[in-house]
Amino acid sequence: MLVNTIHGEMDDSLLVKQEGSLDNDIEHTTWTEYWLDDELVHRSVHVSLKTSPALFAEAAEIA
Amino acid sequence: MANSQSMCTSFLSELMLGQHQLGASTITSRGSLTSPTTDTLKAALYLASATINAATTAYTATGEVTGTNYTAGGITVTNATAPTSANSSATAGTGYWTPSGSLVYTNVTLSTAFDTVLIYNSTQSNKAISVHTFGSQTVTAGTFTLTMPSNTTSTALLRLATT
Repeated sequence: MLVNTIHGEMDDSLLVKQEGSLDNDIEHTTWTEYWLDDELVHRSVHVSLKTSPALFAEAAEIA
Repeated sequence: MANSQSMCTSFLSELMLGQHQLGASTITSRGSLTSPTTDTLKAALYLASATINAATTAYTATGEVTGTNYTAGGITVTNATAPTSANSSATAGTGYWTPSGSLVYTNVTLSTAFDTVLIYNSTQSNKAISVHTFGSQTVTAGTFTLTMPSNTTSTALLRLATT
């Protein structure tokens, strides 16, 4: 498979692939890196937002 | 400095002034504006070192990411679903809205850490709407995808609620 890198498209057999993830109340995030020797040549990130704090509105009581 | 997730305060008064149109709507008593069109919203990314928060009133290039294939101002938000609302009781309910598609920055290199997206209204003088933070990231010759939460009363990207 060809991977887009800072050196142009490269075959992934030439690269070392690393993946990671993060999960918390706000997001689920995954990332994929491709390394050529000690050089990071590709990194893609996918952040899935779970929610955001709601804003609470108020109608004041007329006393 | 740091970014802070929040609805932009200026957006709140602008809502009352009818200055944002997040979906097609039919209204009355506004002369030529009886069938207004939906505003174009955009999404800009900001460095982790920036200061984007509730006090942000409009899009700013200050603190925005720069890099290969990233255009200042960010990308257009896909917005095919108008805001809606639902009551949860006789005294409470939620109005909510979420972009109808993911925010995708394709084939970009963003070497300096970023952790924030600002949603703003490019039709209305780039007025700020909301700030959303996430874990700090960089992208190298890759794609940054920001998938939106489910468009529900409890998870939508923008929620205005009474309790």
